[in-house]
Amino acid sequence: MPLITYRKALNDALAEEISRDENVVIIGEEVAQYNGAYKVTEGLWQRFGDKRVVDAPISEAGFIGMGIGASMLGIRPVMELMFWSFAYVAWDQIIDNAGQVRYMSGGLINCPIVIRGPANGGTSVGATHSHTPENFIANTPGLKVVCPATAYDAKGLMKSAIRDNDPVCVMENTLLYGESWEVPEEEYLIPLGVADIKRKGTDVSLIAHGRAVITALKAAEILAAEHDIHAEVLDLRSIRPLDEEAILNSVRKTHRAVLVDENKPFCGVSAQIAATIQEKAFDDLDAPVQRVCALDAPAIYSPALENLQLPTVSRIIEKVLQIR
Amino acid sequence: MPSVTDDEIAVDPADYARAEINASLKPKQKIGFFREMIRIRRFEQTSLKYYNQGMMGGFLHLYIGQEAVAVGTVSLLGKNDHVITAYRDHGHALAVGMGMNECMAELFGKATGCSRGKGGSMHFFAPDKNYWGGHGIVGGQTPLGLGLAYGLKYKGLKGCALCFMGDGAVNQGAYHESLNLAALWKLPVVYIIENNKYSMGTTLERSSAMRNCLAERADGYGIVWDIANGEDLYEVRAKTASAMRRAHDQSLPTVLEVDTYRYYGHSVADANTKKYRSPEEIERHKNHHDPIRLWKKRLIDECVFTEAEADAIDEAAKEEADTAAQFAIDSDTPAPETIFEDVYWEVDNKTDAGSTGKHFFGD
Ligand SMILES: Cc1ncc(C[n+]2csc(CCOP(=O)(O)OP(=O)(O)O)c2C)c(N)n1
Ligand SMILES: [Mg+2]
Repeated sequence: MPLITYRKALNDALAEEISRDENVVIIGEEVAQYNGAYKVTEGLWQRFGDKRVVDAPISEAGFIGMGIGASMLGIRPVMELMFWSFAYVAWDQIIDNAGQVRYMSGGLINCPIVIRGPANGGTSVGATHSHTPENFIANTPGLKVVCPATAYDAKGLMKSAIRDNDPVCVMENTLLYGESWEVPEEEYLIPLGVADIKRKGTDVSLIAHGRAVITALKAAEILAAEHDIHAEVLDLRSIRPLDEEAILNSVRKTHRAVLVDENKPFCGVSAQIAATIQEKAFDDLDAPVQRVCALDAPAIYSPALENLQLPTVSRIIEKVLQIR
Repeated sequence: MPSVTDDEIAVDPADYARAEINASLKPKQKIGFFREMIRIRRFEQTSLKYYNQGMMGGFLHLYIGQEAVAVGTVSLLGKNDHVITAYRDHGHALAVGMGMNECMAELFGKATGCSRGKGGSMHFFAPDKNYWGGHGIVGGQTPLGLGLAYGLKYKGLKGCALCFMGDGAVNQGAYHESLNLAALWKLPVVYIIENNKYSMGTTLERSSAMRNCLAERADGYGIVWDIANGEDLYEVRAKTASAMRRAHDQSLPTVLEVDTYRYYGHSVADANTKKYRSPEEIERHKNHHDPIRLWKKRLIDECVFTEAEADAIDEAAKEEADTAAQFAIDSDTPAPETIFEDVYWEVDNKTDAGSTGKHFFGD
């Protein structure tokens, strides 16, 4: 299988879906002529032209709302947010319009839109640019949200997101764009709502999404090599819909769970996972569920400290050792 | 045609040096403007050097080429006049009197930085100097500038808010809402659009629908507007002074669009900087429209200073920037426990309100 970057996997997914469905259109700031601020849309404008790949001015509320409106007529816009942090400018459109219009119309309307872009800290761009709003989105019934951790998942989830008939938010990661993974040449889809065991284990479940999966995998390696602890790493991939069965199955096997989450702890994704585990697998637990989240403050700029703020390998190991 | 008439500025439009606000300038003040502009440029060139060595994180948006806008406008500020801008904020910060040391240290993410290493390049603040940032979200500062004006009016103070923004920011809804409020409630705000022709890699023509210029949109709200040539510090001052007078005397807003140009990419990470515009265009601006060069020439022509004196000021600015970099390098990184400081006023100040209930959540 060829090794390709997370960025290229997304690019391929977009190109394949543009080719497959004439209603797919890409809209966002700098996505066309500039090739994307993070080059995810590189070459697409050249290949598919002005109608399919459209540069928007800096008017997030306007163009995201426009995409939602167009999706009501059956267009399948794939909207790029240069950063998910800028979604707050368009929050009413995303939450109230994309999120509620189906319900309020009694099911008469649906919005097959994708809103995508990077949502991560760890690059010293300060608090305004480092938001991870997957928990906010997941808190809104009507919206879906996925957080791919690898190139393979990014491609398969993006293609499913575009074909989905509901609004899907795809949260990528600027720190992963340049990383490579094996991706098959033949077409594949990854359904939303299906988690993936990234590493099998018996002693503890490390449950994560997005880049935290990569951090958890590193921790699992060290736990095995240095502590003879065999951690299972479960990648949620999709936050809403959520693969509850996969979470419960893993915990029933290992009897211990450490949740790794780049969200802030209060009402972060891991808070929901912890609640689910204690409600549905309480008797299977041999220790309290633990969490390793972003330290609970706005994202600090200082590069020296920002690395401490996000979940680290050592914080994960420490937590696991506490409940071994 | 701008909605400001030249009568209001009372000068032959070709020579803003004779505008009242400029005619009274002392040589020392004119030299001061030169010093301020060259300090900004040398500060940023020094920061660029260390950024390229990997000693800073995140983005670095350089203001180089636009210096006359910050220095010209800020030179007019009185006690109750306030400033707020976007992420291209180093120039305004130094112009309002922030020190190179704390600004440089902020870029390095050090504890001695103006925001204690918490904000970075895009988020400089100095409320003690009426400088309210430094804002990373495009257009996000435009209602805040309005709020400063509202606060002044509410308190009955004769002052105004200068709210700076880019040519790309004019397309955010928050700005349009702000214009309506400013006109409706007669608020003393001056929106200064620093039109450097590009928002990242997008030209003005590809981002903004307009009749003749961006400021003209103010017509729709009945707001007075004007355009200024940002390479001429005299003109920037004359037109800003007229807008500030309108704010001070009549409590009315103004939109002032200033033509300017940035030499570097959108940020240092902008790899396309020579793709969406030609190298010739950049060179033309550097050679023929550079605000610092033009100002220097003007002052030499006016016999305000000599070339040698100008060079000495430049040398001093370079040295100051080098010293600031050394200060930043020698400074400590912030202590890990400071991550949880500066989140809540009540907690920081150990008040009763800060001690009831749990404010922070651990793993
Ligand atoms: C809401 C929002 N959208 C997008 C961005 C990314 N971004 C930062 S600066 C910029 C271009 C702004 O151009 P302009 O307003 O002309 O200011 P200039 O950079 O030229 O000073 C963009 C798209 C952002 N920071 N905030
Ligand atoms: Mg601009």
